[in-house]
Amino acid sequence: MNYFDQSLTSIHKQLVNKEISAKDLTQQTLDNIKAVDGDINAFITVDNEGALKKAADVDAKGIDADNVLSGMPIAIKDNMVTKGLTTTAASKILENFKPIYDATAVDKLNKLGTITVGKTNMDEFAMGGSTENSAFKITHNPWDTTKVPGGSSGGSAAAVAAGEVIAALGSDTGGSIRQPASFNGVVGMKPTYGRVSRWGLIAFGSSLDQIGPITRNVADNATIMNAIAGHDDHDLTSSTKEVPDFTSTLNKGVKGMKIGIPTEFMAQGLDDDIKQTVLDTAETFKKMGATVEEVSLPHTKYGVAAYYIISSSEASSNLQRFDGIRYGRRAKDVKNLEDLYVKSRSEGFGDEVKRRIMLGTFSLSAGFYDAYFKKAAQVRTLMINDFTNVFKDFDLILAPTAPTPAYGIGEDVSDPMTMYMNDVLTLPVNLAGLPGMSVPAGFSKGLPVGVQLIGRPYDELTVYQAGSAFEQSTDFAKQTPKMGGNN
Amino acid sequence: MTEKISEDQVKHVAELAKLKIADDQLPYFTTQLDQIIGLFETLSEVDTDGIEPTSSVTDQINVMREDIADNWNQRQALLDNAPDTADGYIRVPTIIDESGDNE
Amino acid sequence: MNFETTIGLEVHVELKTNSKIFSPSPVEFGDEPNSNTNVIDWGYPGVLPTTNKGVVHDGIMAGLALHAQIERHPHFDRKNYFYPDNPKAYQITQSETPIAHDGWVEIEIDGKKKKIGIAEMHIEEDAGKNSHASEYSYVDLNRQGTPLIEIVSKPDISSPAEAYAYLEQLRQVIQFTGISDVKMEEGSMRVDVNISVRPVGQKELGTKTELKNLNSFNYVKKGLEFEEARHQRVLMSGGKIAQETRRFDEANGQTILMRTKEGSDDYRYFPEPDLPVLNISQDWIDSIEKELPEPPAKRRQRYVNELGITDYDAMVITQTKEMSDFFDKMIADGADAKLAANYLQGDVNAYMNDNQVELQDTKITPEHLATMIKLITDGTISSKMAKKVFKAITNGEEPKKFVEDKGMVQLSDPAKLQPIVDEVVAANPQSVEDFHNGKDRAIGFLVGQIMKQTHGKANPQVINKMLKESMSK
Repeated sequence: MNYFDQSLTSIHKQLVNKEISAKDLTQQTLDNIKAVDGDINAFITVDNEGALKKAADVDAKGIDADNVLSGMPIAIKDNMVTKGLTTTAASKILENFKPIYDATAVDKLNKLGTITVGKTNMDEFAMGGSTENSAFKITHNPWDTTKVPGGSSGGSAAAVAAGEVIAALGSDTGGSIRQPASFNGVVGMKPTYGRVSRWGLIAFGSSLDQIGPITRNVADNATIMNAIAGHDDHDLTSSTKEVPDFTSTLNKGVKGMKIGIPTEFMAQGLDDDIKQTVLDTAETFKKMGATVEEVSLPHTKYGVAAYYIISSSEASSNLQRFDGIRYGRRAKDVKNLEDLYVKSRSEGFGDEVKRRIMLGTFSLSAGFYDAYFKKAAQVRTLMINDFTNVFKDFDLILAPTAPTPAYGIGEDVSDPMTMYMNDVLTLPVNLAGLPGMSVPAGFSKGLPVGVQLIGRPYDELTVYQAGSAFEQSTDFAKQTPKMGGNN
Repeated sequence: MTEKISEDQVKHVAELAKLKIADDQLPYFTTQLDQIIGLFETLSEVDTDGIEPTSSVTDQINVMREDIADNWNQRQALLDNAPDTADGYIRVPTIIDESGDNE
Repeated sequence: MNFETTIGLEVHVELKTNSKIFSPSPVEFGDEPNSNTNVIDWGYPGVLPTTNKGVVHDGIMAGLALHAQIERHPHFDRKNYFYPDNPKAYQITQSETPIAHDGWVEIEIDGKKKKIGIAEMHIEEDAGKNSHASEYSYVDLNRQGTPLIEIVSKPDISSPAEAYAYLEQLRQVIQFTGISDVKMEEGSMRVDVNISVRPVGQKELGTKTELKNLNSFNYVKKGLEFEEARHQRVLMSGGKIAQETRRFDEANGQTILMRTKEGSDDYRYFPEPDLPVLNISQDWIDSIEKELPEPPAKRRQRYVNELGITDYDAMVITQTKEMSDFFDKMIADGADAKLAANYLQGDVNAYMNDNQVELQDTKITPEHLATMIKLITDGTISSKMAKKVFKAITNGEEPKKFVEDKGMVQLSDPAKLQPIVDEVVAANPQSVEDFHNGKDRAIGFLVGQIMKQTHGKANPQVINKMLKESMSK
C-alpha cells in the first residue's frame, strides 16, 4: 500500500467495506516501507511483528464503522515512549531502550485502534532542524533525496510525504512539526501548549514542547487532533478546556476572516520564492473573502536568542536524568561514579545535544541567570504581548513557515548559528504557546513550500478552517514527490 | 569583540553538566559557544524593566492530585531495564563523596 | 576578648502523607528496596510530576503552626545536581516562593522567653537512599519523592543551648499538628546547622562552618559547643575560620572536616515548568487554621492556670500530642488533674520506657486510667491497690470490673465499719486517753488495728473520720 491519493476516510471506507482487512493493509504498508524506506530512512524502528499482531486483533474485533482510525497504520516520532517498543529519541544514550509505559497521545490512538508500524527518525532529542543530528541515520527528503527533510520531526514528515504511512505524530518545540511539514509538502499542526498531554513525550523544552499530527491533508490532521487532544491527569499543564470537534469548521470558508501578515516575518533573509508564496496565499485568502493586512510583532528579532536560552536551559535540566544509572546506556570500564556519569553522557550524547546542554547550563549558572535565563523569560512575556495585541483585531496570522525550502544534506549542519536562525519564523509560536499549522502553499525549484497559519490560544478551529479553505482552493497538497510512489 | 566565554568557563560548565569536552575540541567548542552567547546578549537591548518573566504558558493554575496512594507495581520492569542491579537495588560504583546528599 | 555566637538551623521534616509529593507511589518505609517506586520516581524519559494536594495542605498547616505568612502564589523550582539517589538529577523544591515565611517559635531558658524567627519554610521532595559497600554502592528509591518541609531559622540563635531549645520547641509544634512523627532517630527530622562567632562589637558576621551528621538534639548541642569553642580558640590565637562543612563524631565528641567550600555550589535553580503555579485561597488557609489542634504552649498555659498542675508536669505532658490529648480526655472523663498528671509522667511513662512503646501503641486508654483515678479519689481503692489495677489497665482490662472481680473494693461503708470501730475503741482505752491528751499518734495505732481486722480493705480516710467522731462523743 502506498498512501498517495489516499486519506483517512478513503482508507477507512475500504476497511469498512472489507475491500481490505486491517492485517492486509498493515502488511502492505510494511512491504511498502521495506521497498521505499531504504532511500528515505524515515524509520529508526519498524515493528513488523507488533503491527501485524495489533492488526489481527483489530480484525478480530471488527472495524468500527464510526471510528475513522480503526485499523489505521500510523507512525510515531521516536521521542514518544511506546510500551515494549524501542524508543531512542535518536540518541545513543537510549539505544535499545524499551519503555514500560505508553505516552498518552500514543495510548489514545492505540485505544482507537490505530496500528503503530514504527518509530520515526528525528534530530537527537529533537534538537535540530534537519534530522541530520540523529545518532542512527540521515533521513532524505522524498522530493529530492539529496535534500534534508527538515526537522526535528523529519522522519515523520518524510514518511507521510513518501506515502509510507497516512499519518504520523511529531513533536514541536521550536518548529519541529511545521518546518519539516513545509519541507515535505505535508500538513503539520503544533497545537496550543497544553492541548495535548506531554506525558510520555521525552522532554526537550518543557514549557515549549507539544505533540501534533503530520498528515497529507487538513481534514486528516483535524481527525488525528480529535483523537489526541484533551486534559490528562498525568500532565498538570494540559488544559481542562473543552475539546471541540476540530473537523467541524473545515467547510466554513474564510469569508470575513481577518488575517494579519507580520511585517517582521517577511523581512531580511527570506527566500524570494517563499516571500512570493506567502503573498500568493494572501491573495487566495482575499479571493475567498478574507481581509489580509500587515501587522507588527516588534520583538520577533529577539525570538531566536530568547528561544535558545529558554529551550537549552530547560533541556540541560531535562537531560540530566540520562546519567547511565537507572536505564539506557551505561559506559563500560568506568573507574568510579564520576567517571560513569561523564563517560556515559559524553559517549551517549551527540555534539548538538552537548552544545545545547552547555548553553543551558551556562545560562542558568550562578552569575548569569539574570542576564540570560531571566532576561529571556521577560522577553518571552513581551513576545506574548505582541501576539495578544495583534489578536485583538485579527483572527489569524499568516506567515512563512521557514525562510528557505529544503536545503542540501550537509549544508548547514556544521554551523549552529545558521541552523538556529532558520527557526526564527516558527519559534515565536512556541514561546507564546499558540497553535500553528504549516500547509503546502507552493513550490520553489521543485521543492514544496509551506505557509504557517497561527491562531489565538486554543483556537485550532480557526486555523483548521482557514487551512482547509485554502487547501480546497488550491492543489498543492495533491501533488506527490517523484519517488516513493512508483509501486 | 570581547570574549563572552573563556575556555576555563567552558570547562567549568562541562563539569557542572557532567560532560567531557576533549582538549583538542575545546577551542572550537568555545568559539561556537562564544558566538551563540553573543547572540544571546542582543537581549540586553530590550527594556524589560518591570516585565514579569514567563516560565510557562499553561492555562492551568492550582491543579493538584488528591493524596491517594497507588502502587503501579513497576518494580520488576524497572529493575529489568537498569544496567546493573543486585538484590533489588540499583548498583553503582562506590560513592565516596557524600556531599551530594540531599542538602 | 568577648565573643558572640550566631547559629542558623535548617530542619528537614518528613511528612506522613499517603502518597509521595509528585507521584502516587505510597509513602512506606521498611519495604523491599524499590518496591514503592514507579516510572516517575525513577525519572523515566517522558514522565511528569503531579503535585500532591495533601503536601500543600500540610505545608500550610506547618506554616500556620509556626505563625508564618502563607505565600498565596507559590511555585516550585528545580535544584540541579547529580547524585545516584537523585534520579532526575534535579530536586523539585521551592526557592523563589517558599510556601511560608517569617514565622517564629518561642523558647524558654532559665525562665527567660525568647522568640526565634523562622526565615522561610518550603516543601520539596526527599531523595532515595544510597548504601555503601567496598566496591559498589546500592540505590533504593523507596524514599525518593517522600514529602519534606524544610524550615530555615533566622540568625536569632546565639548559643548551643538556645539551638537545643529551638529544636525541642520546633519538634513539639510540628508534632502537635500531626503532619509528621518528627523523630530524629527515624530520620523523619533531620538537622543541619551552621555557626559563626565574632568578637562583640564587630558588625559583620564571622565565617560560618556547617555541621552535618547530627543524629540527636544532644549531638546538635554538643557539636555546636565544640565548634563554638573551636572558633573562639582560633580567633583568639589570631587565626581564621575556614568556610567548611564538618561532621560531628559521636565517639569522641569532636567535629571533623568533611569538605572545604570553595564558593557556593551552583544548583542552577529555575522555575519548574512541569507544574502550574498554585493559587492558595484565603478560604483554604482559614479552613486549615480551623483544623489546627491547640498548640503545646497554649495547652501548657491552660494546664497550669486552669487545672493547677505544675509547670514541670505541664511540660512533660506536652511532649507529644498523643500524651496531651490523652490527658485532656482523662480530665474530660472527670479524673483529678494532679493525679492524672502524676500517673502520666510516673507509671505511664515508666511503662512506655520499659516496653519501648508509644502511648498510642499501648492498651492503656484515657477512659480506663480516668476511671482508676476516680476509684482512688472516691475511696473505692487505695493508691496501693491502684498498682495492681494499673497493671490490669496495661492489659486492656476495665478497672471497675477488675476491682470488683478481684474483690479489691475498699471498705468505705460506715454501717459496715461502725461495729469494728466500736470494737477497737472499746478494746483500747489507753489509746483513747492518749488521743484526748492530744497525742496524734494514738489514732494511727487504732487505724492499724482496724486495718488488721479488715485485711487492709478499710478505707483509711473513712475510718480516720469515724474514729475521731467516735472518740469525741
